[in-house]
Amino acid sequence: MSDHEKIMQVPVGPQHPALKEPESFMVDLRGEKIDAVRMRFGYNHRGIEKGCEQRSFTQDLYLVERICGICSYAHSTAFVQAVEEIAGLEIPRRALYIRTIVAELERIHSHLLWLGVAGHEIGFDTLLMYTWRDREQVMILLAQLTGNRVNYGLNTIGGVRRDITAEQIPSILKVVDLLEERTKYYIELAQTEETLRQRLANVGVLTREDALSLGAVGPTARASGVDRDTRRDDPYGAYGEVSFKVVTAQSCDVFGRTVVRLGELLEAYAIIRQLVKNIPDGPVLVKAPRRIPAGEAVSRYEAPRGEDVHYVRGNGTEKPERVKVRAPTLANSQAVAKMLEDGYLADLPIVIAAIDPCFSCTDRMIAVKGNGESRAMTWDEVSRYGVQFYKARGIDFSRVRLREGPAA
Amino acid sequence: MSAVIALFQMLIFPGFLFLVLLGLTGQFVDRKLYARLQNRVGPPWYQPTADFFKLLGKESVIPEEADRRMFTLAPVFALASVIASSFYIPLWSTKPLFAFEGDLIVVLYLLLIPTLTFFLGGWYSRSVFSTLGAVRSITQLFAYEIPLLIAVLSPALLANTWSISGMTEYYASHPGRWLFNLIGFAVAMVTLLGKLEKVPFDIPEAETEIVAGSFTEYSGRFLAFFRLAIDTEAIVSASLLAAVFLPFGLALAPWLAFIVFLAKIFAILAVLALLRTVFARLRLDQMINFCWRIVAPVAFFQVLLDLVVKELLLP
Repeated sequence: MSDHEKIMQVPVGPQHPALKEPESFMVDLRGEKIDAVRMRFGYNHRGIEKGCEQRSFTQDLYLVERICGICSYAHSTAFVQAVEEIAGLEIPRRALYIRTIVAELERIHSHLLWLGVAGHEIGFDTLLMYTWRDREQVMILLAQLTGNRVNYGLNTIGGVRRDITAEQIPSILKVVDLLEERTKYYIELAQTEETLRQRLANVGVLTREDALSLGAVGPTARASGVDRDTRRDDPYGAYGEVSFKVVTAQSCDVFGRTVVRLGELLEAYAIIRQLVKNIPDGPVLVKAPRRIPAGEAVSRYEAPRGEDVHYVRGNGTEKPERVKVRAPTLANSQAVAKMLEDGYLADLPIVIAAIDPCFSCTDRMIAVKGNGESRAMTWDEVSRYGVQFYKARGIDFSRVRLREGPAA
Repeated sequence: MSAVIALFQMLIFPGFLFLVLLGLTGQFVDRKLYARLQNRVGPPWYQPTADFFKLLGKESVIPEEADRRMFTLAPVFALASVIASSFYIPLWSTKPLFAFEGDLIVVLYLLLIPTLTFFLGGWYSRSVFSTLGAVRSITQLFAYEIPLLIAVLSPALLANTWSISGMTEYYASHPGRWLFNLIGFAVAMVTLLGKLEKVPFDIPEAETEIVAGSFTEYSGRFLAFFRLAIDTEAIVSASLLAAVFLPFGLALAPWLAFIVFLAKIFAILAVLALLRTVFARLRLDQMINFCWRIVAPVAFFQVLLDLVVKELLLP
């Protein structure tokens, strides 16, 4: 029963315990070593970009926030920044500070979540339980500040909907102090725990050249020595007014990606302390027009997973003509195949997890017709297509009343 | 009459039923301790029993591709061999149910069968994940089994007998000499993690890689019996280590000796739970390297130590 020369096909996904969302990795195995990986995305397409064209800018804000369950604020802020640029709004400084505080709190909860997931993928569940316990502190704080644990609904065109009161500031600092202490413990753990180092070091190697040519972003790129961070290179919010350093690593492996994320946590605590100390007084909202003037804008945002790009085009009505979202996972997904080359099957979950993937944010659909005809589908066509797609597979959504866009 | 007593001993106490109860309690202790060490609440005391009966009531799916006979027999063989091996291990006195010169080898052999059934059950499930888990089980077996064998044989060398009851009698009459075997005890504990497929050696059932390894296709009562076999295997292995490496407190009054025995096996289970809390899962190649480069030489050192002690210090 020599299994070593035979190639075995292992379907990791669309349903697999290592994956938090459905996507498919068909792995050719030679013994325990990976021969080739074929990735297939597209199980999570939800038609959000199309849906945005049917709704007003204000409604889109809440729809866009639901692109991602973890970095929801990244998408919401990136979108609102683009709309505000088109409308030529001057956002009050206090609102920018509040946005930046919440953005960094989101980064903290996202990175702590990632650390736990990474622990789980290498069978170190204790790390998962510890980090998620600590993450609860920042989740509670976010609920206190915004009213929600995720999908904060804080942004609005022209500023933020809720102010941070003077009483809330001590509780922010308390959480930051506690988490900083915990993060230092995790850094010590990562440096001293032998099994952790064995499973992370020299795994999923992505050289600096590959990171650049495959267009990796965020901690994935920074762990390969690419010194790139939108917060510093193209400051938005209040990032221009705080000092922080961009954490990079030269080891180009999963261990480096862990080090970068842990380092970014420490930077996030420092940024929040500066912001809370220097937050200016004043209004948090300016009045925004109902109709956004014609024009287009691209907004860049350093989400926890990497650079998030939103493109918005308005045509002078209250609805956008086009919204395009480039989620960071799309930029990083090409690098995954490279990282998996010549690796072990045992390393596949942690290598995929190391880009901190968010596949539902990434999935888009393009309808290609055989005769080369190019045409955009309408919202009705998209929803009918979805209903028929599932009906053919035995799930009937046709009785579900689809709410059309407002005033459609 | 003696047949009735023998049957009672085999089926109820200290045989099958007692071991099953102890196995379920052992699973509870392991899960609760693991949970508390991870800052979780953990399950209530009846959870393992409830899980077992729930699984018994669930539908048992046998894959169409699978070899029906091997698939259904594997869990039964696993449980039977574990229970059979327990008859030769002295629990709280120096006398087991049955004993003969050389039963140590038989016990080790019987305790190897569960791993073989994991392999066969997984292999004949014919699914990709089961096959991978099966191959990993058997590959891992070669890494931990030999250090474990050497570690368990070294106290036998010192006691100059291949029978477990003979060994316990020797160490009971020469108190303190078991302390020479502490290195072997450490080796046996590490390899036991491999045998029971617990973190950091839970490679054959690594959830995030191969779903549940050999057990991927198992459900209902077949899974229940596999899990029961693993639970009782933990108890029987712990009793074996307690008998071989911790042979003290055997001459006490029976009820006191019984409590000492329980304390010993639960202490061993607690250490196993602690070890699986603090480590990440190793990769198969790393595990084999670790077992052959570090654990096996240490086990050989224990043999050497026992030979030196026997020949030079205790003539």
